[in-house]
Amino acid sequence: MTSRRQFIGQSAAAASAMAFPLVGGAQPKTVKVGVLHPVTGALAYSGQQCREGVMMAIEDINKLGGIKSLGGAKIEALLGDAQSTPQAGAAEVEKMNEAGVSAIVGAFASAICLATTQAAAKYNLPHVVDVGVADQIVERGLKNTFRFGPGYKKCAEVAVANLHVLNTAAGKPARSVMIIHEESLFGTGTANLLARELPGYGYDVKEIVKHANPTRDFNNIVLRMKQVNPDIVIPANYYNEYALLVRTMQQQKVSPKAIYSVLGGAASSYKFVKEFPDAANGIIDCNHWFNPRDKRSLDLKKRVEAKNLFFSYEVFMAYTAMRLLADAIERAKSTDRAAIIDALNKSTFSDHIMPYGTTQFVNGQNMGAQPLMTQVVKGDIKVIIPRDYREVEPIFPLNA
Amino acid sequence: MFDLSILFASVLNGITTGAVYALIALGLTLIYGVLHIINFAHGASLMVALYGVYFLREKIGIDPYLALTIVVPAMFAFGYVLQRGIINRASHGKDENILLVTLGISIVLENLALLFFKSDTRNIETAYTLTTVNIGTAMIALPKLVAFIGALVVSAILLVVMRFTFLGRAIRAVAKEKHGARLMGIDVDHVYAMCFGIGSACLGAAACFLLPAYYVNPMVGSGFVLVAFTIVVLGGMGSFVGAFLGGLLIGVVESIGGLYLGESLGQVGIFIIFIAVLLFRPQGLFGGRT
Amino acid sequence: MKDFSAITVFVLLVGSIPFFTESGVVLNFVMMALFACLLAQAWNILGGFGGQFSFGHALFFGTGAYVQVMAQVHLGCNPWIALLLAIGMSAMVGLCVGALSFRYGLKGSYFALVTLAFAEVFRIVALSVAFTGAGVGLMLPLRESFSNMQFASRAGYVWLVLGLVTLALCTTAWLRHSRFGAYLQAVRDNEDAARAIGVDPFMVKLWATVISGALMGSGGAFYVQVFQYIDPGLAFGPHTSVEALVGAIVGGMGTLWGPVVGALTLHVLADVTRNLFGQLPGINMVVYGAVLVLIVMFMPSGISGIRFHLFKQPSKTPSIGKEQV
Repeated sequence: MTSRRQFIGQSAAAASAMAFPLVGGAQPKTVKVGVLHPVTGALAYSGQQCREGVMMAIEDINKLGGIKSLGGAKIEALLGDAQSTPQAGAAEVEKMNEAGVSAIVGAFASAICLATTQAAAKYNLPHVVDVGVADQIVERGLKNTFRFGPGYKKCAEVAVANLHVLNTAAGKPARSVMIIHEESLFGTGTANLLARELPGYGYDVKEIVKHANPTRDFNNIVLRMKQVNPDIVIPANYYNEYALLVRTMQQQKVSPKAIYSVLGGAASSYKFVKEFPDAANGIIDCNHWFNPRDKRSLDLKKRVEAKNLFFSYEVFMAYTAMRLLADAIERAKSTDRAAIIDALNKSTFSDHIMPYGTTQFVNGQNMGAQPLMTQVVKGDIKVIIPRDYREVEPIFPLNA
Repeated sequence: MFDLSILFASVLNGITTGAVYALIALGLTLIYGVLHIINFAHGASLMVALYGVYFLREKIGIDPYLALTIVVPAMFAFGYVLQRGIINRASHGKDENILLVTLGISIVLENLALLFFKSDTRNIETAYTLTTVNIGTAMIALPKLVAFIGALVVSAILLVVMRFTFLGRAIRAVAKEKHGARLMGIDVDHVYAMCFGIGSACLGAAACFLLPAYYVNPMVGSGFVLVAFTIVVLGGMGSFVGAFLGGLLIGVVESIGGLYLGESLGQVGIFIIFIAVLLFRPQGLFGGRT
Repeated sequence: MKDFSAITVFVLLVGSIPFFTESGVVLNFVMMALFACLLAQAWNILGGFGGQFSFGHALFFGTGAYVQVMAQVHLGCNPWIALLLAIGMSAMVGLCVGALSFRYGLKGSYFALVTLAFAEVFRIVALSVAFTGAGVGLMLPLRESFSNMQFASRAGYVWLVLGLVTLALCTTAWLRHSRFGAYLQAVRDNEDAARAIGVDPFMVKLWATVISGALMGSGGAFYVQVFQYIDPGLAFGPHTSVEALVGAIVGGMGTLWGPVVGALTLHVLADVTRNLFGQLPGINMVVYGAVLVLIVMFMPSGISGIRFHLFKQPSKTPSIGKEQV
């Protein structure tokens, strides 16, 4: 990780002068961007993956000549640790504001994003949300908040619509559904939406099971599954619990017609597929995903894997969020916050690796944002829907 | 509402899960029963042991059950040094300070793990991870069955040590009357450290039985702490039989509660029991002294 | 009285900070430091003066926070009224939990664990019940105005929390000089002896719990006004319980300024370490934990305990904690 070592070397000198470890050192003209993620505490893994994504984007942008409209000014990252709590995140925003950042990228978790976007709004500081799927984030009327990716409402709608498409195409073999979700914001919100939409398409939601984070044992839930015998199991939870659930299902020999995840923590995770190929086989997920037809996605994937990291959604979501921001700064031709907000509002950024097409922000939400449906096939994750991005034909139902 | 076979399987699951809880609680009940320390660092110590088992498997290829022979003594040493070197020294014997010191230690351990091992969740895959054993109509995971037997064995060993060895007698003396024991020539500091060491060794055993069925990351310990405390109180502080049976009971309650109330709300069952025991029978099921 | 003049000076000094600086960093820092002080002081009333260590003070914090939000969102209450409701409900919860625990004679670690259990029960219930928003939590709609207790600048929040801290300080000072306070400390030091001279330990401890709970609840209500979002984990999680007790113990329990000093010290420590070695996440917390252990090692009576040792005053500090005799 040579880039990290460079950073350490340069920041050691600057650390005494500033509250932040500066990256990029003192250069004639730089654009300061706050990079805020929960890199310690319960969300450390995701936070670190996000930070990695943003730093790689900054590296790429600077290598291509920085912000050309500002005379090739390089982007300088001010790293902040949200410590997995909203309070720490908000405190970091204050510091970043005073350090003179032009914008902030972060903060992965919805609860933290709510606090950081709000704190940034006081200073009209543009804040690009990299992941944060809660819809409340963009529904508060804050003018400084921009989310490039989809919220869970969109994901749930897409998931339900596509389930129907798949099911219908296969001759409607599936009718009963069991939803298993984690108990906090994203899981509960997603489950509520699914429970509302599914019956409208003719599905019978037999059971909704909520579980804690962390859950130490899924045997009970799997037992209930045995009794309920749903055609489709829909999990919406984080990596650890998802993995445990699926492994327990495998162990107890429970195989529904489909495991159809919505924002499933491990469903479209290379880490999971690598570690548990048998359990992962055939799982369908509706989740953040990159454009598989864009060669740059695969290049980025290779680079990330060369660093011994998994190419998880945190990485490419954060990467593209930073590219979006850089594009806006380029068009704003200035480091002024209001100008950048204006540029983001008018953004038509389309030169990216996500399947979002041309960007269009309405009230801070990119209307083109959408999740993709993937399926684990032969130890790899392939896109199945929509057709424009399809890599393999979906297998539905599973012949388990 | 539920098939009898589902209930049966749920109870069995509860028992085997509870066995792992019991292993974790055994160490805590010794530490709490003798030293009267509420050990905030118990979860973090479990995490350390789990990483130990993980790396022994991944780097050297030692099976977790074989690793018992390494991890248990290592954890014993870890606990002994921790108590004698840091906790005892820092707290000057005051209860509230012990609390803070163990809290500080848990923060340090968790973040050292984060620093060195990164935040990824790690799993091990063994030949028997997915094997199940049929008991009646229920399919019980093999690692969990082994954990049950392991908990039984460890409890038995602890009981034997407490009742029939000099150390055991010294520990019981110190627990009952610290100053009297000192006057009789017992090195109280050493006994305290031994207790902490044995308690940590139990965690080492727990880790060996837990990892095949679970995972490890820097924050994994915190998920077990509250349950462990509940069991210690339920079983009676200082009672191994109590910790073992209490663990099984809590496991079953959690399981059945989860079945009927949902995994999330079902956790409430554990704490309601906790409160009820504290209010109506604070000495626990098997505790003698109040 | 010396205490009240000291409090007045403190309030004037801190309250004037917003007039000297507009820095968001400083104001935010002061606000969060005062918030930590409030929590520590609330805990101190029951733990330091009453000798009953609670591990689940988040119970009151969360109650205050949820009532504050629910009163506004579900009942359309004005936030200032909601604040009173929040304090009231937290006091009620204190009454119930205290009555239950003390009626059954819970002391020491048993009491500590039962408070922990109650906090967990509330957390789990809040997760499952619709009107608390279940896992999704509750949001306060953004509308900045004085009457809505939402301020455009952090200064407004600084004064708000300062007001609450002043309330806590005055309450603590009152405890130090009143008969009730004397009874409370007598019960702490030796419950049987206190009972023998005619003090009713049950009532005394109960009231201490109510007061402590009420103050903690006000902290919860404040939190929600600032961050405008609450969920069961933030409300009832162990993080807040630990923050409260750590500040009080490190600073010196059973004293007027101990919790303030302790909370401030730990807050500074957390802030300073947060971005140390920013490239290697985790080191900051390692330093924090290590310093915590060191503080305890070298200042066993808390930070304010050192002050007393240094100045060799005839010990005004009531005996802290229970030594094993």
